[in-house]
Amino acid sequence: MAWLDKAWIDTALEAMTAFFLVAGALITFISSFGMVHLRDFYLRMHGPAKATTLGVGLILIACMLYFVLIERTFHIQLLLVTIFLLITAPISAHLLAKVALHQKLPSDTTTTGAPSELREEDVAQEPDTPHPEVPGSGQRHSP
Amino acid sequence: MIGIALWISFFLVAMAIVLNAYRLLVGPSLPDRIIALDTMYVNSIALIILYTIWLSTRVYFEGALLIAMLGFISTVAVCKYLLRGDIIE
Repeated sequence: MAWLDKAWIDTALEAMTAFFLVAGALITFISSFGMVHLRDFYLRMHGPAKATTLGVGLILIACMLYFVLIERTFHIQLLLVTIFLLITAPISAHLLAKVALHQKLPSDTTTTGAPSELREEDVAQEPDTPHPEVPGSGQRHSP
Repeated sequence: MIGIALWISFFLVAMAIVLNAYRLLVGPSLPDRIIALDTMYVNSIALIILYTIWLSTRVYFEGALLIAMLGFISTVAVCKYLLRGDIIE
């Protein structure tokens, strides 16, 4: 890649590397801080599911730019790690949400609405007319 | 310029891992601890990449890839265990 051997390209690569490093680390820190700060599990899942992937992806892009800067080579492994994280983060977040709904974790009191797993079940009431073979079965609801 | 950015990033990612460790130790429910571990391995990938930039070698790229794959598989295995009571049925 000889066409990259210009002084202003070095400066631009260095600036972009530093910018992506600081931005990625800042987003990673903010997502972890949200995981400590937020109130219930469903709110806490937002940080690791989305922001951590973005932050680590930015750091990996910064590393790719850095190796273009110092070696003039392009490493595909870092792009592989980025794509792998982008694929796997939604899957693990989906499974964790299923686990939380399975265990019926309580949500925050200001949360409006609930998925069908957390609602009260619709249970059929006993009929008013008594069963002919079970004496006294319809007595509870008859006035 | 990259040196200063690298030190800032080291500090921020290390603090992120400390916050994850807090949620891992304190977390009231079991999925909280699982998601803290999940975030912790992703942050450790970031830390390994920062170390790679600091040393200017490319020895640790495969380490980052391995941690990504094994962490994802372990998260899925623990989630399946909590959901179904078994991993491979």
